[in-house]
Amino acid sequence: MSVDDRQRKAEHIRHLLETEGNNVHENTQVFNDGRYESTADLDDYDGLKDEARAIKEDTIERLPELLDRVTEAVETNGGTVYLADDAADANRYITEVAGGRDVVKSKSMTSEEIEVNESLEASGADVWETDLAEFVLQVADEAPSHIVAPAIHKSREEIADLFNAHFDPEEPLETAEELTRFAREYLGEKIMDAEVGMTGANFVTADTGTLALVTSEGNARKCVQATDTHIAVAGVEKLVPTVEDLQPFVELIARSGTGQDITSYISLFTPPGDSPTFDEGGELGPGDDREFHLVLIDNGRMEMREDDQLRETLYCIRCSACANSCANFQHVGGHAFGGETYSGGIATGWEAGVHSQESAAEFNDLCTGCSRCVNACPVKIDIPWINTVVRDRINQEDATEFDFLVEGLTPDEEPGGMDLQKRLFGNYATLAKLGSATAPVSNWVAGIKPAQVLMERFVGIDRQRDLPEFKRETLRKWFEARGGSRVSPADADREAVLYPDAYTNHVQVERGKAAVRVLEALGVSVRIPEVASSGRAPLSQGMIATAERHSHEAYADLAEHIDAGRDVVVIEPSDLAMFASEYEKFLPEESAERLDSNSYEIMEFVYGLLENGASSEELRAGDGERVAYHSHCQQRTLGLEAHTVAVLDELGYDVLTSETECCGMAGSFGYKQEYYELSMDVGGELESQFRTEDARDRTVVASGTSCLEQLDSLLERPSQHPVQLVDPGR
Amino acid sequence: MSAEPLTTFESSLDELGVELVQTTSDQFESTLVPLLDAPAVGTPLPFENVSLPDAVEGDPTMQELETAETGVTAAGYGIADYGSVVIQGGPDGEEPVSLYADEHVAVIAGSDVLTDMDTTFDRLAEDIRSDTGQAIIATGPSATADMGELVKGAHGPMEVTVVLLEDR
Ligand code: SF4
Repeated sequence: MSVDDRQRKAEHIRHLLETEGNNVHENTQVFNDGRYESTADLDDYDGLKDEARAIKEDTIERLPELLDRVTEAVETNGGTVYLADDAADANRYITEVAGGRDVVKSKSMTSEEIEVNESLEASGADVWETDLAEFVLQVADEAPSHIVAPAIHKSREEIADLFNAHFDPEEPLETAEELTRFAREYLGEKIMDAEVGMTGANFVTADTGTLALVTSEGNARKCVQATDTHIAVAGVEKLVPTVEDLQPFVELIARSGTGQDITSYISLFTPPGDSPTFDEGGELGPGDDREFHLVLIDNGRMEMREDDQLRETLYCIRCSACANSCANFQHVGGHAFGGETYSGGIATGWEAGVHSQESAAEFNDLCTGCSRCVNACPVKIDIPWINTVVRDRINQEDATEFDFLVEGLTPDEEPGGMDLQKRLFGNYATLAKLGSATAPVSNWVAGIKPAQVLMERFVGIDRQRDLPEFKRETLRKWFEARGGSRVSPADADREAVLYPDAYTNHVQVERGKAAVRVLEALGVSVRIPEVASSGRAPLSQGMIATAERHSHEAYADLAEHIDAGRDVVVIEPSDLAMFASEYEKFLPEESAERLDSNSYEIMEFVYGLLENGASSEELRAGDGERVAYHSHCQQRTLGLEAHTVAVLDELGYDVLTSETECCGMAGSFGYKQEYYELSMDVGGELESQFRTEDARDRTVVASGTSCLEQLDSLLERPSQHPVQLVDPGR
Repeated sequence: MSAEPLTTFESSLDELGVELVQTTSDQFESTLVPLLDAPAVGTPLPFENVSLPDAVEGDPTMQELETAETGVTAAGYGIADYGSVVIQGGPDGEEPVSLYADEHVAVIAGSDVLTDMDTTFDRLAEDIRSDTGQAIIATGPSATADMGELVKGAHGPMEVTVVLLEDR
C-alpha cells in the first residue's frame, strides 16, 4: 500500500469512527451479549452446531443433485425455478417476470448482491423495500452497514431527521414508535397496491420446495400474501435437503445473530400459496392462482464450490455472529469492514467469491485473526482462515516479476512485489534475531524520530507506536549462562520444553525467565532448545507458504522432545493457537494431533501441575493482591482463560477479568499507520474497564505480547504476564 | 398430554409477554368474548363444537381487515420451549387475519402443544408433504429495532394472546 493509500484508509476509518462507530458499537454489543446468553440456554449448543455444519457440508457436496430435486418439487407445486448464472442473468429474468409492475420487497442480501432494484426501476417499476431498516436506507440512499440489521449505523434521531426532511409529515416524527407507525402505514399502502412480492430465502428445502424466511416484522408475510406474483431470490447455497433439516438452523440462527432465542416469524412457504389476496378493486379475494418464481443464483458460487479454500464460505447462513463478535467490526461497522455487498468477517469469502478479489482486498486487513468469531459461527466456519487465504491470494496478485531482488534478500517463501509492510511483520522472527544481535543500537535507531518517520513512510508503522525493545541477552542465552535447568531430569517429576517464541526470546525476556523459575519451583526440569518460530507472524500477513515452512521446521524441532516424553509449554497464546488450530492444515493429521495434545499454555500447565499434586506453596502467593486480567483473544477461543484465573484464585489473588473481545492490538495490526486510530479506539474499551473504580488500583496482567504492549500504551501502570506474578523469584 | 409441556409453554409465553388463557370447548365463547377489542375479525375454527362468536366477523372485507383491532385464528401447534404458535394459512384467510389486526388471538388445542423444535419439525414436515402450503412459526408479537429502539408491532400485530382448549 502506498503512503497515500494508507492515509486515505486512515481518514475513512476516522470518519466512520466519528459518525457511525457509536451506533454500530452499541447495537452489535447488544447482539453479541445476547448471543452468549441465548446460546447458553441450549441443552446441546455444540451438538446443534455439528448438525448444522454436517447438513451444509452434505448440501454443498450434493448441490447439483439437490438443484434438480428442488426444481422438480417447485414445478410439481406449480411454480417455476430459474437458475441464473450471474447477476445480469437473474436481473433480466426477474425484470421480465415483473413486467414493469410495482414490486414490494422484503429484506434480501442476495437481491442487494445482484442489485435487482436498479434493474427493475430501469424497466419503469417502482420498488419498495418494506423491511423498516432497508426502507430507511432506501430513503437515505445508503448501503447496509450490517447483514442482518442494515441500518444499524443510524440512531433514532438521525432516522427522525431523515423522515421529517424527506416526508415532511404534519407532525414531526420523534419516537421510535411514531417512526415505526409512520413507515408501517406508508408501506402498507404500497404493499396493498403492488402486484409483485419479492422475498429472499434463508433456506430452501430441496425435497418440498419450501422457503424458510427468518424475520421479525411481518413484512415478508405481507409481501407474499398481498400480491399475486411471488419472486424469491436466493443463492444456490441456501438449499437444505429436507424440511427436517431446517430444525437446527431455526434454533441457531437468531441466537447466533441478534441474540434472540427465535425471531417473531419463521415463515415456511411452499409456494404458490393460496391465502386470500387483494384483487384489483382492493377486495380480499381468492389467492389460488398465484404465480411463483424461485430464482436461484450462481454468480460465482459453483466456482467457490470447486475451490477447496473458499468452499466453506457456502456453509454460511448469514447470521452476523462473525460481525458482532469482532472488535474491529463493533467499532467501524460494515461501511469499512465490508465490500460491495457483504460485511463482517465472512464477507471476505463472499466478496472474493461473488464479486472480486479487489472488493475483498478493500477490507480484508481488518480481520486480525483474533479468532473470536470462530466459536460463535453456527456452522463452524474457520473464518480467520478464509481471511488468511484471501490475503495470501491478494499478496500473490500484488507480486510482480521485477521484484526478484527483494525476494532474494528476504527469508520467506513469498513472491517479490508483495506489500513491504506485510513482509516486514511476516518476517518478525528474523527481525527479532537481528534486533537482539544489534541491541541496544537497534533500539536507539528505532526510537529516534527520523527513523520512525522513515518506518512510517516505507512500511507504514505508525510513528505514535513505541516499537518493542529487543533485549541483547535473549532468553536462551540467559538460560545457557545460568547452566540450563536447575532441576535435573533425574530429580524431576516432569520434563518440559519451554517454547522460545520470538517475543519471549527477544523482547519479553523477563516473562520467559519467570516461566522457567515457576516450572522449576513445581519440580519440572526445563529445556529451551532452539525451535523454529511457529509461523504465526507470516500467517497473519497472509504469507501461507512461509507459515507452512515454519510449521514443518517447528514440528521437526519439537517432535523428538515429545517422543522423549517432554511436554511443550508455550507462553505466547498466538503460537499455541497455531499448534492447536492452523497446523492441522499444514501437517499430517497425526503430527498435528501429536503436537496439539502435547502442548500447553504456561498457566494451563501450571494449573495441571497443581491439580496433580504440585504444591502451590512454591509459588508467590497473592495475599489478596488485586489483579485486572486481560486474557488473549486466541487463548479464549481455545478455552484457556479459565486456567489462569483458577491458578491466580488458588494462590489468593483477587482477579477481575476483562470483558472485551480483543485488546485492539492484535499482533501487528495496531502498529499499522492506517489502523492505529481504530486500534486505539478498540483498546479504549479495555482501557475504560481497567480505569473504573474497581479496577483502578489493580495490578494489570495480560497473556499476549501484543495485549501487553497495547495495555502499556493505554494505561500508565505497567503490565505483566501472569506467570511473572506468581514467580517465586519476583 | 402431560402437564409438563403445558407448564413450559405457559412460562415461555409469559417471558414473551403473551397471555395464555385456558378454557374448555363449552366455555370457549364466554372466555373469548371479553378478550376481544372491537371490531374483531376471524377465520373458521377447526375444533369440534367450537365456533366463532357473532361478535367476530368471519368473512372480512379488506376494509374490515384493516380496521380490525382483534384477529382470531386457529393455530396448528404450540411449541412449549419457545412459546411459539404455528399458524397454518390457507384459503380461509388465517394469514391476513393473524397479520393485519393489532392483536392476534390464536386458538389452540391442548393436545397440539409440542415439546420442542425437533418434534415440531417432524410434524411440520409431514404436513408440508401432505400439502400444507404455509406454516408460520410465530413467537410473540411482530417487532422491530430498526427505528433505533425496540418497538412491538412492526408490520404485524403488537399483541398476541393464546387461548388453549384444554379438552381438545
Ligand atoms: S460465517 Fe458463520 S458467523 Fe459469520 S455470518 Fe456466516 S454463519 Fe454467521
